[in-house]
Amino acid sequence: MPFDFYVNLVSTGVLNGLVYGLMALGLSVIFGVIRVVNFAHGEMAVVAMYAAFVLFRGFGIDPLVSMVPIAAGLFALGYLLQAGLINPFVGRAEHEQFILLVGVAIILVNGLLMLYGPDARHADVSYGYDSFEVGPLLLDKVRVYAALAAFAVAVLLFLFFRFTRTGTAIRACADNLVGAAVIGLDVKHLYALTFGIGAACVGAAGALMILLTDATPMLAPSYTLLAFTIVIIGGLGSQSGALAGGVLIGVSESLASFFIAPSMKAMFSFGLLILVLLFRPQGLFGRRT
Amino acid sequence: MIQHRIPRSRTGPSRRAFLATAGAGALLAGAPAIARAQAPTLKIGVLLPRSGFFAQAGQGCHRGALIAPAVLNEMGYRFELVHVDTESSVDIARTQAERLINEGANVLVGAFDSAQSIAIAQVTEQRGVPYVVNVAAAPQLTEQGYRFIFRNFPRSIDLVTNGLALIKTLLTATNASPQRAVFIHANDTFGQANRGAMDRLFPGANMPFQLVENIAYDPRAQDLNAEVARIRAARADLVLVTTRAGDAIKMIREMVRQRYEPMGIVSPGSPGMYDQEFYDSLGRFSEFCISNVPWYNPRARMAQPFERAFRAQFPNDKFEFHAFNAGFTLEAILIAADAFKRAGSAAPQAMVQALRATDMADHIMVGGPIKFDEKGQNNNIGSACVQNRNLNPTVVLPSEAATMPPVFPMPGWQQRG
Repeated sequence: MPFDFYVNLVSTGVLNGLVYGLMALGLSVIFGVIRVVNFAHGEMAVVAMYAAFVLFRGFGIDPLVSMVPIAAGLFALGYLLQAGLINPFVGRAEHEQFILLVGVAIILVNGLLMLYGPDARHADVSYGYDSFEVGPLLLDKVRVYAALAAFAVAVLLFLFFRFTRTGTAIRACADNLVGAAVIGLDVKHLYALTFGIGAACVGAAGALMILLTDATPMLAPSYTLLAFTIVIIGGLGSQSGALAGGVLIGVSESLASFFIAPSMKAMFSFGLLILVLLFRPQGLFGRRT
Repeated sequence: MIQHRIPRSRTGPSRRAFLATAGAGALLAGAPAIARAQAPTLKIGVLLPRSGFFAQAGQGCHRGALIAPAVLNEMGYRFELVHVDTESSVDIARTQAERLINEGANVLVGAFDSAQSIAIAQVTEQRGVPYVVNVAAAPQLTEQGYRFIFRNFPRSIDLVTNGLALIKTLLTATNASPQRAVFIHANDTFGQANRGAMDRLFPGANMPFQLVENIAYDPRAQDLNAEVARIRAARADLVLVTTRAGDAIKMIREMVRQRYEPMGIVSPGSPGMYDQEFYDSLGRFSEFCISNVPWYNPRARMAQPFERAFRAQFPNDKFEFHAFNAGFTLEAILIAADAFKRAGSAAPQAMVQALRATDMADHIMVGGPIKFDEKGQNNNIGSACVQNRNLNPTVVLPSEAATMPPVFPMPGWQQRG
């Protein structure tokens, strides 16, 4: 088998994985701070995909551009969701949080079904079928652009949490909730902000995803599952872990479909998940609690 | 010592009261069956995957069911339809089939997907209610001795037999000679059944090319990048596919991105490449793909009212994209209504006997008269070679039904207008 086949497979896996990683990053941020698992995560990604589709089809706005307003819109949605709906559930039993967010997920999926029907929707950008040829490497333009954009958003997020006062305050809430409250931080506001930031991540990722695959409402549960798998492999609450987990899943699925069987690639991801849960339950980049 | 005997209560149930109550209970329990048998009109439960994974095709089938009254009432058929969404789920298909029967459905029709149809067939067999399959090719539906099932759709083996024969005709007609082919198929019930048929038929089919690899994939996968890489690695110049619309779109998209230029992409009997979604998503890249599938017969007498009713009821939908799913669904309802008309009763046994005696020369889809063998299978359904031309599914073979000559090999991806 020519060597360039393997290189192409790995590079495609890395590019896909970065976008998956950005989506999972949102989940990780939300859980890392609020300790609420967002079971409507994939659904929010699909809402963003439809928003990108509408902006592209209606106004000709490229998803690489529309990801900014979509992320802002999802930020607002996330903020309101946390402030109005989820905050009262923080600290309550996990099954109650689960049911609440599953309810939100069902409403989102069925809302999309009612609005757009079940057909697949795609943003057919002008460069959608073009590739970069770098020696033996053949890189799809859409994947390259989407991956670069995802990486840029992830870096911005790291910088935000590291160097801004709000980011530091949010990290304080994650590290020591009581301490944060004692020094006068508005925890509820910061929680809503965090959920908004997580939703913005998934909004940006969703807008980029429309470049890689078609949007259908029924895609949502598989995205939620994918985000969970990535975050558990990378380490719940770890931002770098989410990105690395995304790349790991992207590459392993790509290689597994080539060397084992395409229909078994999902099984390979879940196999990886089980191995991580058995031998490193905190995830590859997570901290042991 | 005084013994306290419990006197027989005057208000307790007497033997007569017990018998009356038991009789009334038995009557109530048997009421749905009696209601079914004595129904003045036929109540048909139509089970289709109108949402979920198969929703796109299920909606096409649903359109066929929605126009059925307009088309068939004029022909003197009387029936009542109850539309149910299976949500593309086998479990929901099974429970909804139970519910429909409990609510008095005399016959069930559906369900586009083989796995859901198998689940429904298990219920109808247990409950003794006739079931007419509109679209589902898995052979086991009519191969396991069920007495209440009637399938007006080819089995996988028939689809692939007809499909391979048409590929031979195509290669002869175009003087093309591909050397290496791969067969790529979804790993769902339908895809696996077609793979089984291909395994059985290909070695004896004397095809003028070699089948170098079979590739199974998950139709719900995010992309088919690695699958297309495998096709390229196999140096195949002909791609045989068993797909649905969503995965067919992903496959073509990857082929274009990976600059893989096969001589042709041919389905020996599966949907996907003639669906509206396929054309809408791929535009010029949808062109020249070929599906060797059962197709509606535009020259059939019934095709005219079918097309007219469809266009009247769904003016925003393109008839050609829905003709396959809507046509087979309308035919399934026609078969049930026709059996009821001849039987004069909706009683299960009368319906089954009438269905078995079906001999309908005038219908919509390509093929001979609709007749069922002892297993409930209609063996008279033909296939046509349908090529995507000018963003329309167009019959190119057999020549007597063709409206355009076939183009093979297909032009390169970048050589299209």
